[in-house]
Amino acid sequence: MEALILTVLLTSVPLIFAATGELVAERSGVLNLGVEGMMLMGAVSAFAATAILGNPYLGVLAGAVAGAMTAVVFSLFALGLATNQVATGLALTIFGTGLSGLVGAPFVGGTIEGLPNLAIPLLADLPIVGNLLFNHDLMAYLSIGFLGLVGWFLSRTRAGLVLRAVGNSHDSAHALGYPVLLVRFCSVSFGGMMAGLGGAYLPLVLTPHWSEGMTAGRGWIALALVVFASWIPSRILVGALLFGGITIMQLAGQARGWVVPSQMLSMLPYIATIVVLVVISRNREFALRHSPACLGRIFVNSK
Amino acid sequence: MRLRKGILRRAILSVLTIFNLGLLGIISSISANAAEPLKAAFVYFTNPGDHGWTYAHEMARQEVQKHFGDRVETNYVENVVEGPDSVRVIRELARKGNDIIFTTSFGYMDYTLKVAKEFPNVKFEHISGYKRAPNMATGNVRYYEGRYVQGLVAGMMTKSKKIGYIASFPIPEVIQGINAFGIGLRSVNPEAEVSVIWVNSWYDPVKEADAAKVLIAEGADILAQHTDSPAMLQTAEKAGVYGFGQASDMKNFAPKAQLFSSVNNWAPYYKTKIQQALDGTWNTGDAPGYWAGNIWKGMSDDYLVLSPFENMPADVAAAAAKAAADIKSGANKIFTGPIKDNSGKLRVPAGKTLDDGELFTTLDYYVDGIAGKIPG
Repeated sequence: MEALILTVLLTSVPLIFAATGELVAERSGVLNLGVEGMMLMGAVSAFAATAILGNPYLGVLAGAVAGAMTAVVFSLFALGLATNQVATGLALTIFGTGLSGLVGAPFVGGTIEGLPNLAIPLLADLPIVGNLLFNHDLMAYLSIGFLGLVGWFLSRTRAGLVLRAVGNSHDSAHALGYPVLLVRFCSVSFGGMMAGLGGAYLPLVLTPHWSEGMTAGRGWIALALVVFASWIPSRILVGALLFGGITIMQLAGQARGWVVPSQMLSMLPYIATIVVLVVISRNREFALRHSPACLGRIFVNSK
Repeated sequence: MRLRKGILRRAILSVLTIFNLGLLGIISSISANAAEPLKAAFVYFTNPGDHGWTYAHEMARQEVQKHFGDRVETNYVENVVEGPDSVRVIRELARKGNDIIFTTSFGYMDYTLKVAKEFPNVKFEHISGYKRAPNMATGNVRYYEGRYVQGLVAGMMTKSKKIGYIASFPIPEVIQGINAFGIGLRSVNPEAEVSVIWVNSWYDPVKEADAAKVLIAEGADILAQHTDSPAMLQTAEKAGVYGFGQASDMKNFAPKAQLFSSVNNWAPYYKTKIQQALDGTWNTGDAPGYWAGNIWKGMSDDYLVLSPFENMPADVAAAAAKAAADIKSGANKIFTGPIKDNSGKLRVPAGKTLDDGELFTTLDYYVDGIAGKIPG
């Protein structure tokens, strides 16, 4: 049982990273559908850096930088040239998929030594929870750390308030003198960095090799997760564990001989997202309070 | 007169020379035609870097190129998604003047057939399908033979008596493999049992790794797979359990975990068919009863090769070698009765061997030793 829970936890980590990043971008009013592409760029860069430099921590760094750089490409078009965000995001996914394949071509078939586990002294020795919670790799701790940081930043800081204001009414924020495009640029770049980290987790911890398209749709699950969490950071954690749990449970269920169609179980995360969407839209007040009103809307800096 | 004779001679000579030159030209152009290489194209589902299915095809393509030298010019297109898009790729290859086109995944079947009808002068070879045309042949490998040996080794190696099996899609080829594995397993270990996880993908390394972790958590100490990436073996290596590689030798990914790999060796197949195309004897050999294809060969013809037995005691390796030899010689046909399904019902009476057609049409059950039920 403990091994199963551990697997669930590890499966959730890339989702927590990518969804937390996308949440910040969306709260600032930008819908970036390029998460899958940014994750792939993060994955390939992390693998390449680790393979060349021989240090997985530099791989973590490379994944973060690559993800952020890919997001900058999105910003250039969607913010700089005010292109349609949905189309630009989809293009970014295609771009990231292709470019990561190209960059990764020489590394195909190689293996790396992934991130080691860092047992937290004393805590890791606790019975049961010790191994489950305090004996992970650096990135697993980081993912929770970032999530907490984002939650605190958005709800407790002035800068976070400005970010939310930009997402809710970019015209008002602009009229008050806040730099709308700069705020959005930073949010999207942060989102890219987080997606890059999520991607980096795949080759650095989950399966230590690079293969084309290895994210296999996890970027899209992260996008669904943001909606599922109704743009509230703490719910990302619940959602990621639920999504990760369903993924693992459908595998474990089969191993135990449950006669539930595995395709059905694979659908559950998406069904859950739709249900949440329906519930949110029924409660108008809740929707107004939480979903960024300017999500996906183009802002042009008119001076 | 002497002068005139000289002129005449020169005239004759020059005419002859011109004629000769012309002849030479014709001859050389004929020989140039003869030296025009046969163009062979390969359509790949992933890229050769999957180190599984496509990698095995790419190894064979390289061997073909080496074997035929200047007589053949090979090329390939990778990452061709199964589905309507593949039509465009296959058609483009036909248009570009390829003489023979190999499409190397099940999902290309209908699309290959479509293009084959448009280009009657181009030869098509579809791997692992069953639809044919006058210019479209099919071929496959008896993967299940290797899986019998895997099952036997798993049965002798397991301590927990639990084996994990990661499967892709419930199609005949995969079900044959699982059942051959079970027959091999129960031939040496009547208590061991196989848990099957279907991942509904040929290639999703992270999901394959997840499935492997789950199987290990559920107590499996030997893992087998019918998916294409080395992720399962890497997971096995990390967890300290054993496993079998798929389609190509995956030893480098898991030197301590790999017991052996069933390696698909496409080179003899491709060489035979290209030689036939060069000789003008290429055919689709439409014989009745060829369920898996015009060519369906296995270990006896080296279409399926087992990589060296490693990480196992000598007696297990010896038993595996004997099983392999018996399959090669035809002494062991694997699907020979009595075969019971996992509910205890006798499915194949003693003495009867399933023929190729029956392997495709009657195996809708798990044999004794495999837990659960075949999905939908």
